[in-house]
Amino acid sequence: MSLDALYQEIILEHYKNPRNFGKLDESRAKAHYENPSCGDQIDLQILINDDNVVEDIRFQGRGCAISQASASLMTEAVKGKRLDEVEKIIESFTSLMTGEGEITVELGDLEALEGVKKFPVRVKCAMLSWTALKSLLEREKKS
Amino acid sequence: MMDLSRYRKDFPILQQTVKGRPLVYLDNAATAQKPLCVIEAVDQYYREYNSNVHRGLHTLSERATRAYEEAREKVARFIRAPRSEEIIFTRNTTESINLVAYTWARQFLKSGDAILLSEMEHHSNLVPWHLLREERQIELRFIPVTPAGELDLSQLKSLLDGVKLVAVTHMSNVLGTVNPVEMITAEAHAAGAKVLIDGAQAVPHMPVDLQAIDCDFYAFSGHKMCGPTGVGVLWAKSEILREMPPFLGGGEMIHEVFLDRSDYADIPNKFEAGTPNIAQAIGLGAAVDYLSEIGMDNVWRHEQEMAALAIEKLKSIKGLRIFGESAHRGAAISFEIEGVHPHDLATILDEQGIAIRAGHHCAQPLMRKFNVQSTARASFYFYNVPEEIDILVEGLKTAKRMFGYVT
Ligand SMILES: Cc1ncc(COP(=O)(O)O)c(C=O)c1O
Repeated sequence: MSLDALYQEIILEHYKNPRNFGKLDESRAKAHYENPSCGDQIDLQILINDDNVVEDIRFQGRGCAISQASASLMTEAVKGKRLDEVEKIIESFTSLMTGEGEITVELGDLEALEGVKKFPVRVKCAMLSWTALKSLLEREKKS
Repeated sequence: MMDLSRYRKDFPILQQTVKGRPLVYLDNAATAQKPLCVIEAVDQYYREYNSNVHRGLHTLSERATRAYEEAREKVARFIRAPRSEEIIFTRNTTESINLVAYTWARQFLKSGDAILLSEMEHHSNLVPWHLLREERQIELRFIPVTPAGELDLSQLKSLLDGVKLVAVTHMSNVLGTVNPVEMITAEAHAAGAKVLIDGAQAVPHMPVDLQAIDCDFYAFSGHKMCGPTGVGVLWAKSEILREMPPFLGGGEMIHEVFLDRSDYADIPNKFEAGTPNIAQAIGLGAAVDYLSEIGMDNVWRHEQEMAALAIEKLKSIKGLRIFGESAHRGAAISFEIEGVHPHDLATILDEQGIAIRAGHHCAQPLMRKFNVQSTARASFYFYNVPEEIDILVEGLKTAKRMFGYVT
């Protein structure tokens, strides 16, 4: 059944035990995103050091297993990465979800979310934290 | 239990399988399915007598006008409206409430006046009043909801002080609670306020007697009561309708037009500008005939029995919490299961052919009150059978197991 592909062990595990859950120092810029149709919420904060490496990243949120596991897996995937690598991860993950564009990097555990593609109404859930990350990075670039 | 299962065969859509399983449709509070007689009434209009109403002097137009006006009479009888010209066809409940907000309220409410709503309202009975408040200093007050999901009417008298309009739902689309609208109306009238009832969840499911309720405005949607989408009803007392300014301007709603002014037609036409949803209104007339044949007393009894049975069986699932424990309730049942988010529940149930709703049900303030973002909701209609409750319960247990919980 395709449900098993959707709710893989690793997704449920991240849903129940989210990684990098919490807050950074209040002074860090925060991106708040929610899906108005279902109420899923994500707050994301990021700390980029002078070498343009993601030194820390934290999220808080409420929502379904897909949105929360995706956020948790995302923080693991980008932590310790250089910004140019992070951008490739974002692009590749978006391709994994939409089937458009190219996957240019190893996505590792994030591949567990591939099953979401078969449930179009749920792709938005998986993408929520990624939209937040993109907007945070754009803001960081400007400042 | 009251057995209405013989009516299932009237619904072509219920005969299908979804994801390889017989469809279990439990999203009736969102919209109800359509029996063949309604589909055929719409079809027949387009095949045999499609034409505009109130305009043509030819055979088809006369027939269309007659069918359209008969639908109005059927709806009036169905809700015991004193006069059929008090039935205004709109698109849906939302438009009906907006019509009152844009015409009556803007004419008669002044800065400083108050409107009394409740914490269990659908967004369609909140946002039109927010819009009004952007234009003038209207105070919005709210009847609180108790933890059991009922209106707390203990302070009603003081809440009514200075109130010009009370607008509350007849039955909550989230909690299933049926509110004591007759009592609320009597109290409101005693305080000099007019009363609008949102009947979107009531008219499809229970006998509604407007003369007994004695409210001033009553709104509902055709699509939730086996009728087509695109047609709804606003009922209001004729003296009020006559003193209200028109809503939209255009054809049909005029008596005589000059270049610089126009005289408006009498009710109901005054509020039905332009070509109406003719086929849909005729379809709603057919739906009313169909429901009347089953008998709304029977529909209501069946749903109360289904609600009681469903609640009893749902409670057997460990970690399941039901929102709304009123004894006066219909069969819209909201719940959550610890550790499994409502959206995941909906996806997992859908994979088993079971359609429920998950989300905030257009009642975000009520969600906040219960401190949740969303709930799962199963809502039943007369064509649902007890076996479907068992399938739902099994489906929910499957979801729990998938998420690694014992059931
Ligand atoms: C209580 C209540 N009020 C209003 C509405 C709005 O109905 P509609 O979307 O048909 O305008 C609904 C249904 O969604 C409802 O359940």
